Amino acid sequence: MNVIVCLKQVPGTTQVKINPQTNTLIRQGIENITNPFDTYALEEGVRLKERYGGKVTAITMGPPQADKMLREAISSGADEAILLSDAAFAGADTLATSYTLSRAITKIGTYDLVICGRQSIDGDTGQVAPELAETLAIPFVAYVSKIEEIDKGQIRVQRMVEEGYEVIEMPLPAVITVVKEINVPRLPSLRGLTKAKSAVIPLWGVQELGADKDRVGLAGSATKVTRIFFPQRVHHGEIFQGSPESQAESLINKLRESRLI
Amino acid sequence: MEYFLSEQQKTIRNLVRKIAEERILPVRAELDEREEFPWEIMKALADSDIFRVFVPEEYEGLGGGCLDLCLVVEELSRVCSAVAVSYAAVDLGIIPLMQFGTEEQKRKYLPDVAAGKRLAAFAITESTAGSDASSIKTTAERVKGGYVLNGTKQFITNGGEAELYTVIAMTDKTRGARGASALLVEKGMSGFSFGKKEKKLGIRSSATRELVFQNCFVPEENIIGREGMGFLVAMKLFDKSRPGIGAQAVGLAQGALEAATDYARERVQFGHPIFSLQAVQHMLADMDIQTEAARALVYAAARTVDSGAKEVSEFSAMAKVFASDVAMKVTTDAVQILGGAGYMRDYPVEKMMRDAKITQIYEGTNQVLRNVIAGELRKRKARRD
Amino acid sequence: MGIRVDLDKCTGCGNCFPVCPLGLIELVDGKARINEGCTLCGACQAACSFEAILIETAPEVVATSDNHQGIWVFAEQRDGKLKSVNYELLAKGRELADTLKTELCAVCFGHKVGEVEQLIACGADKVYLIDNPALASQPEDLYARELTRLILEHKPEIVLAGATALGRSFIPRVAALLKTGLTADCTELAIDTESRLLLQTLPTFGGNLMATIICQTKRPQMATVRPRVFKQNTPDKTRQGQIIKVDFNKAGVTSKTKLLNFMADLTERVKIEDADIIVSGGRGLGKAENFQLLQELATALGAALGSSRPPVDDGWLPYSHQIGQTGKTVCPRLYIACGISGAVQHLAGMQTSDVIVAINSDPNAPIFEVATYGIVGDLFKVVPLLIAKLKNA
Repeated sequence: MNVIVCLKQVPGTTQVKINPQTNTLIRQGIENITNPFDTYALEEGVRLKERYGGKVTAITMGPPQADKMLREAISSGADEAILLSDAAFAGADTLATSYTLSRAITKIGTYDLVICGRQSIDGDTGQVAPELAETLAIPFVAYVSKIEEIDKGQIRVQRMVEEGYEVIEMPLPAVITVVKEINVPRLPSLRGLTKAKSAVIPLWGVQELGADKDRVGLAGSATKVTRIFFPQRVHHGEIFQGSPESQAESLINKLRESRLI
Repeated sequence: MEYFLSEQQKTIRNLVRKIAEERILPVRAELDEREEFPWEIMKALADSDIFRVFVPEEYEGLGGGCLDLCLVVEELSRVCSAVAVSYAAVDLGIIPLMQFGTEEQKRKYLPDVAAGKRLAAFAITESTAGSDASSIKTTAERVKGGYVLNGTKQFITNGGEAELYTVIAMTDKTRGARGASALLVEKGMSGFSFGKKEKKLGIRSSATRELVFQNCFVPEENIIGREGMGFLVAMKLFDKSRPGIGAQAVGLAQGALEAATDYARERVQFGHPIFSLQAVQHMLADMDIQTEAARALVYAAARTVDSGAKEVSEFSAMAKVFASDVAMKVTTDAVQILGGAGYMRDYPVEKMMRDAKITQIYEGTNQVLRNVIAGELRKRKARRD
Repeated sequence: MGIRVDLDKCTGCGNCFPVCPLGLIELVDGKARINEGCTLCGACQAACSFEAILIETAPEVVATSDNHQGIWVFAEQRDGKLKSVNYELLAKGRELADTLKTELCAVCFGHKVGEVEQLIACGADKVYLIDNPALASQPEDLYARELTRLILEHKPEIVLAGATALGRSFIPRVAALLKTGLTADCTELAIDTESRLLLQTLPTFGGNLMATIICQTKRPQMATVRPRVFKQNTPDKTRQGQIIKVDFNKAGVTSKTKLLNFMADLTERVKIEDADIIVSGGRGLGKAENFQLLQELATALGAALGSSRPPVDDGWLPYSHQIGQTGKTVCPRLYIACGISGAVQHLAGMQTSDVIVAINSDPNAPIFEVATYGIVGDLFKVVPLLIAKLKNA
């Protein structure tokens, strides 16, 4: 079972706060982390390798410092990693990103399954994986919460929908995205950390990928950001003071007045 | 303080710290409350190769020494001493094998221990033989093809959970101190069962049980070293393992110091955090000094063991005595600083205080070890280099 | 193409440092330096008073949208029943179509889909319907192919869909097939009257930052919207429109994915998304058993029980109760948040509720910023009092 896991390095959002005076983002030296949903993807890939044999390759499209994240992936079970980095990749939307990833996956050649996290915590789109699947022209299922079995070139999964879950079967190779209910990611191992330290992580740019430069980065993006702003929160609310008795009384009265209850 | 740890040692320490904070911290109170053996955590440690630290490379280990073990134990103990001792006892159980075992024995048992698949334990103590280890009554009668064990071991850490037991038993009562031997007994061998699980003051998650031998046959290839070497094996073992107990104590003290410091910064009385009171500051300062001094002594003793020095008994004993006394004092002071809250099970320090007591008792009571140290002092004529 | 600092113009004033959402700008040798990873969002350029930041983009291609017309809404259904998100999208779609003076169409796939006329009553001028047994189980690859085929044939300029599990899964595939732009989870849609472009606004960085996206040259401009973000219009049964039945294109295409089974989550008594009143709990509840108290309040109000993410993560409630960024979006008439701090990820799922009540012991909890009525207090004291008063009425 050869598994490719797509990772993304994201800012640790919880550290992003807004300075109320200047209305700008406060960054306490933004720490970069692996997109949390991608850690579940990696863990699932490693579990598949342990169950069926094979290898796990971690890839990411990012700046050179994403190398650190790939080494962490190796310390947690990935066999090898590849960094897709090039100035030309900057400004990519999901269309350009999925194209770039597809070039790398095509270059890797033999693979059975591509696993991604359900969405990134900065972009939150969840679009790269399905767009990637379509670009590679292979089947796709999102929100996988359990891989039931892989047998005779077919994969059977449980995937979450609003009303419950569906059991779906499809042929490999395929792309899936996973939700955090699927597993508990392992911690690094000592041997993994040693391996990660000395691992050689190739860097592939536009040339190595044989990519069409009009389809990567900003040039290959169909969408662009035209404005960013901070959400306006105008505080109109009423806070009830006093003892719990009087607070509860006031609330019930207000809700009855407004005919809400 | 700078302890000049190697990159490898820092990697080990940082990883164990991460495991302790992410996996042990959330469950330590419950494990203590339920007196449950921490199997999930043992598995997490195994998955991260932590059991490989104390196994030689030839047997699928990472070939770490005494200091590496101390770093692991200290980081585990900082969060939960019961987990730390459950881990350290595995090393205790196989050091005799590593020191005196045959190639076949090592190949047979060590890889599984390195992988964390099988836990180990060491058994010498009996109801009539604690500090007076030579009074053991468990016998190992030589028969065709092996030995038959009869007797009961008491207060064995990891008893019932481990699969491999290094047991010290009398093979020849007439030879006194030369009459004991070390045998490797496996769980499941006929005639080997476990007695009750002890209910303890502290390290409650650690399993402490009696080992009961009733005509238990052990094949001759399971003897460690030669007949008569039993007490020597035990002595050499403790020389190597005592810094580990010292590390367990240092970890406890560290955890207690951190909890007390954090509390003192937050707790406001008379309009100020209690940290602003000189009385509290002095207590914390003394706790800090003692903890660091204990750490320095434990690391130095561990390094001495790793250097291959012939005479390590005195230093090994010192590290254990000093650090365990420090742990008892620091954890008690931590409870004092937390005040009423410190007495409540909702806060972690009362457990640390309960856990600390045993470090002054097992692997040689601090009284016996002071005898050992005094004995070395008496032998020495001139100042040491 | 890229971004650079004109070192002659840069004064090192530092105004650009804090506005970069990725924190990439730092002072080096007295001048601003932009580190790797820039997404060319332009915030720094806007903040610079000296025009020292230059963004070089690829040469603009004039939008060839003149041959693309019309706004489409993909209408989702399950087991023949149309989902309410369709009507929310049609309401917004109608508004956009009227601004652009163009037609609004709904596209629907399924088998034995009922009440298709409702789509017209809620604003559609046309409905393209493909009804075929092969589409009953919602095979996403076939959906993607069929929608792509229809889009290529009819060339709508805008396509909208619900950001549901289905929508978020197959709409991106359509975008990839058409090599066009898609923006997910929009909270606002508007038309820029000058350029006729769709302005797609959405929260990023977990809701800390809003971004407006445009798709300048590629068509159609595609966007998904979460359920309950837009409000439905009242259906007008007198509206006229066409229902066009389209044949399913069988040619050589069978779905690669096979639906073997569907397990419904039966724990919800009142479906959260449809509830008028929701009582919701967070980390402040302390432990699983305490949700019993909230359930009592919910029962007294005839409300559904919801949760922020931490209780679900800890296994106190099933995922179907989770409201927020990675859970459901709700828009009830009344939302009562107990012991919920109001992290942006949770707000994303409920802040459009009509009336929000917050009960929390922390006066600084962000939930109070969106609450209509707030009680700073111990929920274990307040909630039982509320229950008592409701029962005594």
